[in-house]
Amino acid sequence: MDGSELKIIAMVCTYCTYTAADMAGSMRLQYPHNVRIVKLPCTGKVDTIHILKSFQAGADAILVGG
Amino acid sequence: MNTDTVKSTETKDEWAPDRNVGAVAVVGAGIAGMQSALDLAESGYRVYLLEKNTTIGGVMAQLDKTFPTNDCSTCMISPKLIEVAGNPNIEIITGASIEQFEGRPGDFTLGVLLSPRYVDESRCTACGECAKVCPVEISSTFNEDLSTRKAAYKHFPQAIPSAFAIEKKGTAPCKAACPAHISVQGYVALIRQGKIQEALNLIRRDNPLPAICGRVCTHPCEAACSRGDVDEAIAIKDLKRVAADYEFHSGAKVLPAMKESRKEKVAVVGSGPAGLSAAYYLALEGYGVTIFETLPAAGGMLRYGIPEYRLPRDILDYEIDFIREMGVEIRLNTPVEDHETLSGLQAGGYSAAFLATGAHKPLELNVEGEDLNGVYQGVDFLRRIGLGDNPPVGKRVAVIGGGNVAMDAVRSALRIGAREACIIYRRSEEEMPAYGEEIEEAREENVRFHLLTTPTKILGDPNGRVQSLELIRMELGEPDESGRRRPVPVAGSEYRMEVDTVITAIGQTVASGFDPAKAGLKTTRRATFAVDPITFQTSVPWIFAGGDMVSGPATVIEAVAAGKEAAVSIDRMIRGEDLRAGRERPVTIAYPEPASHAPHPRQRFTRIDAPERIHSFSEVQRALTLEQAKDEAGRCLSCGVCSECYQCVEACQANAIRHDMEPGIRKLNVGAVVLAGGYRPFEAERKPEYGYGRYPNVITSLEFERILSAAGPFAGHIRRLSDGKDPVRIAWIQCVGSRDSAGNQDYCSSVCCMYATKQAIIAKEHDSRIQPTIFFMDIRAHGKGFDRYYERAKTDHGIRYTRSMISRVTENPVTHDLYIHYLDEQGAFQDETFDLVILSVGLRPHPETADTARKLGVRLNAWGFAEEQPFDLVATSREGVYCCGVLQSPKDIPETVAQASSAAAKVQELLWKSRGSLIDSMDYPEERDVLGEEPRIGVFVCHCGINIAGIVDVKELAEYAKSLPHVEVSSDTLFACSTDSQSTMREVIRQHNLNRVVVTSCSPRTHEPLFQDNLQKAGLNKYLFEMANIRDQCSWVHQQHPKEATEKAKDLLRMSVARASLLEPLHEIPFEVTRKGLVVGGGVSGMTAALSLADQGFETTLVEKNDMLGGEAAKLFFTARNDDTAAYVRDLDRRIREHPKVTLLTGAEIVESKGHVGKFTTTVRKDGGLHTVEHGATIIATGGSEYAPQEYLFGRHPAVLTQRDFHGMMAAGDKRIKLLKSVAMIQCVGSREPEHPYCSRICCTQAVTNALKLKEINPNSDVYILYRDIRTFGMNELYYKKARQKGVRFIRYDPTRKPEVADRGNELTVTVFDQNMHTELELPVQAVILSAAIRPRPESKPLASTLKLPMDADGFFLEAHVKLRPLEFSNAGHFLCGLAHSPKFLEESVAQAKGAASRAATILSKERMFAGGQVAVVDRERCVLCMTCARTCPFGVPKVADDGFIHIDAAECRGCGNCASACPRKLIQVQHMKDDQTIAKETGIYPLDDLIRELQHFMGGTR
Repeated sequence: MDGSELKIIAMVCTYCTYTAADMAGSMRLQYPHNVRIVKLPCTGKVDTIHILKSFQAGADAILVGG
Repeated sequence: MNTDTVKSTETKDEWAPDRNVGAVAVVGAGIAGMQSALDLAESGYRVYLLEKNTTIGGVMAQLDKTFPTNDCSTCMISPKLIEVAGNPNIEIITGASIEQFEGRPGDFTLGVLLSPRYVDESRCTACGECAKVCPVEISSTFNEDLSTRKAAYKHFPQAIPSAFAIEKKGTAPCKAACPAHISVQGYVALIRQGKIQEALNLIRRDNPLPAICGRVCTHPCEAACSRGDVDEAIAIKDLKRVAADYEFHSGAKVLPAMKESRKEKVAVVGSGPAGLSAAYYLALEGYGVTIFETLPAAGGMLRYGIPEYRLPRDILDYEIDFIREMGVEIRLNTPVEDHETLSGLQAGGYSAAFLATGAHKPLELNVEGEDLNGVYQGVDFLRRIGLGDNPPVGKRVAVIGGGNVAMDAVRSALRIGAREACIIYRRSEEEMPAYGEEIEEAREENVRFHLLTTPTKILGDPNGRVQSLELIRMELGEPDESGRRRPVPVAGSEYRMEVDTVITAIGQTVASGFDPAKAGLKTTRRATFAVDPITFQTSVPWIFAGGDMVSGPATVIEAVAAGKEAAVSIDRMIRGEDLRAGRERPVTIAYPEPASHAPHPRQRFTRIDAPERIHSFSEVQRALTLEQAKDEAGRCLSCGVCSECYQCVEACQANAIRHDMEPGIRKLNVGAVVLAGGYRPFEAERKPEYGYGRYPNVITSLEFERILSAAGPFAGHIRRLSDGKDPVRIAWIQCVGSRDSAGNQDYCSSVCCMYATKQAIIAKEHDSRIQPTIFFMDIRAHGKGFDRYYERAKTDHGIRYTRSMISRVTENPVTHDLYIHYLDEQGAFQDETFDLVILSVGLRPHPETADTARKLGVRLNAWGFAEEQPFDLVATSREGVYCCGVLQSPKDIPETVAQASSAAAKVQELLWKSRGSLIDSMDYPEERDVLGEEPRIGVFVCHCGINIAGIVDVKELAEYAKSLPHVEVSSDTLFACSTDSQSTMREVIRQHNLNRVVVTSCSPRTHEPLFQDNLQKAGLNKYLFEMANIRDQCSWVHQQHPKEATEKAKDLLRMSVARASLLEPLHEIPFEVTRKGLVVGGGVSGMTAALSLADQGFETTLVEKNDMLGGEAAKLFFTARNDDTAAYVRDLDRRIREHPKVTLLTGAEIVESKGHVGKFTTTVRKDGGLHTVEHGATIIATGGSEYAPQEYLFGRHPAVLTQRDFHGMMAAGDKRIKLLKSVAMIQCVGSREPEHPYCSRICCTQAVTNALKLKEINPNSDVYILYRDIRTFGMNELYYKKARQKGVRFIRYDPTRKPEVADRGNELTVTVFDQNMHTELELPVQAVILSAAIRPRPESKPLASTLKLPMDADGFFLEAHVKLRPLEFSNAGHFLCGLAHSPKFLEESVAQAKGAASRAATILSKERMFAGGQVAVVDRERCVLCMTCARTCPFGVPKVADDGFIHIDAAECRGCGNCASACPRKLIQVQHMKDDQTIAKETGIYPLDDLIRELQHFMGGTR
């Protein structure tokens, strides 16, 4: 397992990490394609229930960025 | 929270007989301009934000971090940029500079010169494809020239407008010099990139004969080439040949795209370069073209005038065939030899004719013997060879003439049998019109040159054959009309030369087969055809002419140009358009910046050796190799910046590139102007002693700022420029271009001490090995929180500060290490080695400012800053024009932002009556009620040109969408954001009765508002929209994995659809704004804020605790400028009392305040009674007070006073002042102490002001100022300088050895250890004046508690954000200014007060505000009041309401959701971000089918 088949959910703050992800795009920085970004108003909005439900639904890892 | 600004209800006539325009021009769009624009736009004005650059953001966008919080500058400014871009009342106009200005305050007209961007902002999607293909690389000004960028560029990823631009400086000299105006720089650039076919295609846009011209062109481009000034011109002709031969040899001939064929036919007479060129461009336009040629083969002079060893026939045939293959018919042996045939063409169905029959008739020599056998005319001679009928030549051939025909004839003669050949020319070699190359090659082939010689006679033998020539020598006389010196025969110098063949080649003239007059065609006196020089139209409208028959014998490229221009005219004539329109464009020639370019030798082609080549007609010159060509192309200096290669036009799917944009003037009608011109750093090369520009490792602070930036040239890696090594020993040199009389830079730049400190700290964060040293004179840490920052830099970060005088920087030329030679604190000379030296360059007004100011009639001071007006920093010398930011004086970001608001307040005081008169209000159709409906989702998949579609299979994605639950309809579109796609979307919403919309495209950060607006236009609630970012987060970042990217895009889409189906419409609840202000504190700040609001038309209550107004300022009388403070304060007092819109409550205090932004109810106690004040915004201006010192015998000796008391004595004319023989002033009394670790900012200047006043009253008095650092920042430095000049003595003491004051009865003795002289001084003085600190007022604390406002560690009020929100509290609707915020000067308080009023006006200007939307909602009934939410909320919004339940005010909630996550009972939900909606998106990552399949597999496995 090299990690490329893992499904990763990134729960990110709309102000910082989401903006950074956009910037990575405009700078064409390449990164693994197995991450799915979910925009939250603030990382303070990340709730235990979100994490548990995500794992339950098949996510392998969760990244919180804020 | 959303807000809307309603149109003003005031009728203009009632208030203003004059027209007041509700629009404002803000000039300069840095942080100052942006803040002014936002304030004004939010308060109901139309704002034109004018910016010279292609992006807004100014210097702040270039900074890495900011002091004293080390916040990322970009992270702070980006949201501001988006806010400006998204404000419907702000129009950003880039490339703008002011040309004209007239009118009166309230009604100005501006003429704005618009420099073209060459990209249509409204179409550009900022995908960057244009930059990708752009071949021109230039240094990036945004990165301070430390990296490169393309000519098609965007300064930084977050730049606003979010569109690329193309930089053009003008036409490159090569293109301008080329008669056909080929984009030379363009194809050279393409060749450099190895894009050979593209280069060839570009050449063919302007020249259909590249292979021919790559060989025989006279290349005037090379003569004009700027590279020639460095070493040698670019080998442009040779590069053209490389491009053309590439196609010829590869066989990959691609005909250009031709337009749809037209029924009209055009006749071309003559198949030389002019005729071929006209035929080519007419064929491109779709015309049927027939070329009529007299001779048996096509090509004209190309075939019959140029020998094959220069122009091989296969090459010639290739290019002629190319044109034939485009559908051009060439009828050979078909002369158009009389005027009847010519006019017959019209009858034959030709709509137009182009005559290009050349100039073939040789000029006669007019000497005896010209008719002898063996005498040929040069052109006839060459023609016969061309026809394969070699004329017989003898052994000895003489050719008369010095042009190319002469060279061609003499060299051809050698190839058909002559043994000896010579040239006879009557002038010197310098005047020879033949090409240098041909002369050189002729010499190689042993052709002899008889210069300054002319034949007088050709002598024959009895058989009539040539035998000899009689020649005479010439000498050069006066210049003739051609500018060349006229050859004059030397009498008696005749001699004879034996020859067998004579060829005369002294020129040709026009000979057409018919009489021009009969055809009605006019000729010139040179017998050439007369045409219009622009259109090439003859005197007969349907007939055009060009080439040698018009110009006389000229070059191939001129003929090509004529043919091309004639084709344009013919096309226009046939279409019935104006032949001349737009064709006489003035050309601005661009020359490269005088940068140093290392010499790089020109690549040279090789030739077949002369002995070998003279035996055949094989091509003499060999082409450059591809490698040579690329190297040669790399020598180009890119004069015009954009090379006009048009690669971007092809790459741009959005069709946004507009190379034909032209500058224009736009008129703007505005009521006022805010000048925010900003600054540029001081030019470090003006201080040669520091070696900037000579030593690679000496850089400026702004360069270092870019180096620190993660988005900078080295991606945030600190490295030396000389060798890329990691520097360890880094020095900062302060005051470069500041506090420096030598360079007329006397003022202090205010910010350098702090930014150097910040850079040192950040550098250490980047690399802990770094050892920073800051060389300084005085550390000026005079702003809020700055001194703490400075102290931490020393103690926590180990930054070394060295007080010193630097003499110079030198370099070790081998290692490029730097030596700093300086005088240390002890007065000893030191040498120290560093890896990197950073010059802390000062701030200078932007160079454009002076020009703009002159056009606006605004006076500037000697340093180029706006001339200061008394007590009003933002006023200029012209009413109606206001200034802010560094244009006013050097300052940091918070002051800039505060001043920007202040300038906005001045505008509003002027234009308050026209508030709301020019802003747009949007009318949407009524929203459809979707409650209870099943979700009906429409999915729109955007290609974004190739940005998404190039990687992600968008068709498959759109198809996939249809398989998802609730999706009614799905489609894909080239650009979802384009106007037509938007209208289609509305149509689809209506047709399919959709109640949810999902767009998969780019970032919601930039595009969500656009789509939401479209939903509203379609009658859907905007919260029923969801977006999947499949560009920035998918196609752009997984370019190598298209398959996986498509799968990911499906996941992202599925996640969005899952969330969309759970979205609910939300309605923001409007409430009426109480359009009244409340100001707390009646000092200068409070009075100013109250008056500003009242002057803007808002009723305002001013509450003051004391019975008197004026606060601290009531004890001030004059300023450093000698303005009358007392009179100013008296006037404010009077105006407050007289203003009909101000309610003054003195002796009053705030008891309680309830409500929320826009609607507060505050209770005030006065005279024992309670008053209720209704208001929409609150401004806190409770001021500060002077510290009552405990030290230095204050209060124990009558001659120990505070600065303010001393100031008052002098103002009152106290007689004792005259008796003072000597006075000591002690600085930092109560400031910069461990218990109060802040600088009181004003004391140094106040001491200097008072010292100067004392010197004025009593010139004989001695004044000693005992200081730690002199902090006379900004323009105050000038008073410090003046005080030194007046003999005030400055003695620096160390805080560990403070001065001591001893009571000696009538006198006092001050003992101080002078740090500069290293000696203890004992000063007998009559008075000791203490610069006592400024403290917050003790009353502020209970007020903060009543209003729930935050305070900082020093007891001053704490603003929402120290950089960008300096005048407001995080509690919405509350603002602050003056000493309540931090110590500051009176005029700074005034500026802040107005700024706070402007911020408050953004609320009070609205009739209605809206609460709700994406906010937290609590289930009150089930809440148990655990208060977790109240503790969690970063903004302190949840409160227990009067009814005992928890209340989260919708107007104050920011929707961050921290409370929702924290609530132990899960009773809080953030609307639009509800848990089920978010979880649906998060869990949508896994398709249900897969999950079931996997579960089944799992079950099966265990069974």
